[in-house]
Amino acid sequence: MPRLAPTLDEALACITDGCMLVVPREVSGVPMEATRALIRRGIKRLHLVALPTSSLQADLLIGAGCIGTLETSAVNMGEFGPAPRFTAAILSNTISMKDATCPALHAALQASEKGVPFMPLRGLIGSDVLAHRPDWHVIGNPFGDDDPIVLLPAIRPDIALFHAPMADRSGNVWIGAQGELLTMAHAAAKTVVTVEKIVDDDLLADPVLRAGTLPGFYVDSIAVTPRGGWPLSLPDHYPADDAHLAEYVRFAATPEGFATYLERYVHERRAA
Amino acid sequence: MTKEEFGFQDEELLASVIADLIGDVRHVAVGNASPIPATAALLARERGRLEGLSRPHVSLLQSRKHNFWTDGARELFDCAGQGRIDVFFLSGGQIDGHGNVNLVSIGDYDQPKARFPGSFGSSYLYYVVPKVILFRTEHSRRTLVPKVDFISAPGVSPPNVHRTGGPVALVTNRCLFSFDAARGRFALASVHPGHSIEEVVEHTGFEFDRPADVPPTPAPSPETLRLMREVVAPQLAEVYPQFTARVFPLGRPRESGDP
Repeated sequence: MPRLAPTLDEALACITDGCMLVVPREVSGVPMEATRALIRRGIKRLHLVALPTSSLQADLLIGAGCIGTLETSAVNMGEFGPAPRFTAAILSNTISMKDATCPALHAALQASEKGVPFMPLRGLIGSDVLAHRPDWHVIGNPFGDDDPIVLLPAIRPDIALFHAPMADRSGNVWIGAQGELLTMAHAAAKTVVTVEKIVDDDLLADPVLRAGTLPGFYVDSIAVTPRGGWPLSLPDHYPADDAHLAEYVRFAATPEGFATYLERYVHERRAA
Repeated sequence: MTKEEFGFQDEELLASVIADLIGDVRHVAVGNASPIPATAALLARERGRLEGLSRPHVSLLQSRKHNFWTDGARELFDCAGQGRIDVFFLSGGQIDGHGNVNLVSIGDYDQPKARFPGSFGSSYLYYVVPKVILFRTEHSRRTLVPKVDFISAPGVSPPNVHRTGGPVALVTNRCLFSFDAARGRFALASVHPGHSIEEVVEHTGFEFDRPADVPPTPAPSPETLRLMREVVAPQLAEVYPQFTARVFPLGRPRESGDP
C-alpha cells in the first residue's frame, strides 16, 4: 500500500541522483512544488523523460544543474517563447539531448506498460530525428512486403512523478482524463504523486470516479502539496499563472537572473 | 500592412487563408504554439455550424474545452495513425523548397548555432495526416531556405515508405504557396494584399514555380472578420490569451475594469 508521506521531501526520497524520471507535459499535472524540492535537495544527473514535451519544469531543472540527459520532443515556454535555460544548455553542450517525437515517447512507454521490448511506429523514416537515435531501428514489416517501419525500445523509467487533484486513504489517485499519467505509472518501476488533497471516500467505489483513477497498487508514495502545480495549471482546478511565467522568462534570460529567480522562488520557500 | 489601411490584420488574413485551405473535412487538429492555425480551425468549425454541419471536429492539443480526448495525450497520435485526422499544421525554424521542416537546430546538430524547441509530433504527423498546412509568419531567406540544416520531417518520401499524408501548402506573411508532392516542389499560388511577386522572390531562399498568372490573395470578407472577432476570439482566449488580447482586443470577453 502506498505511503502517505508526512513531508514532501520524504515522498521524494526514492528519487535519487542519476535516476530516470518520467514527468508529464505542461498541461497534464506537472509536479512543480516537488520539482522545487528536488532542486533544493541538489539532485544531480537526472535522466528526465518529459512525456512528450515540457516547459518550466525542464527549464528549471536544467538551469539548476540537475539534468544529465533530457529525452523529449520539445521544450518551450508556450506563448512566452523559447525556454531560456534549455536553449543555453544545448548551445553550450552541458546536457545530453535525446531528441524524440511525441508519439515515439508515448509508444515507448506503452511498450513498458505491456512488458514487451519494443513498439513499432509509423513516420520517422528519412528524418534526422531517426538519424540521431542509434537506439531506434528500422526493420521490414514481417507481415508486409517491402514496408520499412521503425522500432522503438521500451522506456522503463525508475520513477514516474506527477501532480494530481486528489488521492484517497488507500493511495488511489484521481487523474481525470489525463490518460498519459496512467501509462507513466504503469511503465515506471515506482510512482510518486503529489496531490491537492486527500479524501476519505474510496475512489474505486464510485464507478464514475473509478474511470479516471490510478489504482494505489501502482503508487509508492504520496505527499499533499496544495497548489503543487503552481505556476503551471492543474486541469479543471487552476489555470497557469501567466504573470509569473512572464516574470520567469525575464529572469531566466541570463544565468545571473536565473540564480536570482532560484533564490527568490525555489530556495526561499513560499509561505503556504 | 496595417489594420488601418486594409481593415484587417496580418493574422486575420492568414487565418482566413488557412480556413479556406482546410475545406470541408471531418477533423482538424492543432498542435502547440499555433495560434493562427487555431483561429482558422475554429473559424472553419463556425462556418460548418452556420451551414448546419456537425463538422469539422476541432482538436486543440493544449485545450481543456476544445478537444474530445479521453485517452490522454497519445489519443491525437493514435487517431492520426488510423487516418482519423484530416488536417494538421506545422511551422519550422527553417522550411526548404522540398517541404522539409526543421524544428530542431541551425548548424551542426552536435554543435548548433541556434536551437529551437524540438520536433514535437512533426516526425510522425507529417507522414500520416493527408493535409498538412505549413505556416511561417516570418517569410525571409533565413526561414525559407534551399536546404534545412535538420530534417524534423521530410516533405516527401520514397515510394516504399508508408505515407498517407504530407504538405499541401505553405502560408507566409507575404504569400501562399501550393505544394506538388509528385515533384516535391512549391508553386506560388497567391500574393497577399500589399505585397508583390518581386518581393516574394527576393525574400525566398528556395526555388519555386511561378505560374504566368498569380492572383492576389482574397481579403477576408466582412462576415469572416466578424466570425473571427466575435465568435472565435473568445474561444481562442482559453489557449492563447496573449495572442487573443493582441490580435482581437475587442473579441475577448469583457472583464471588469475594461474601458
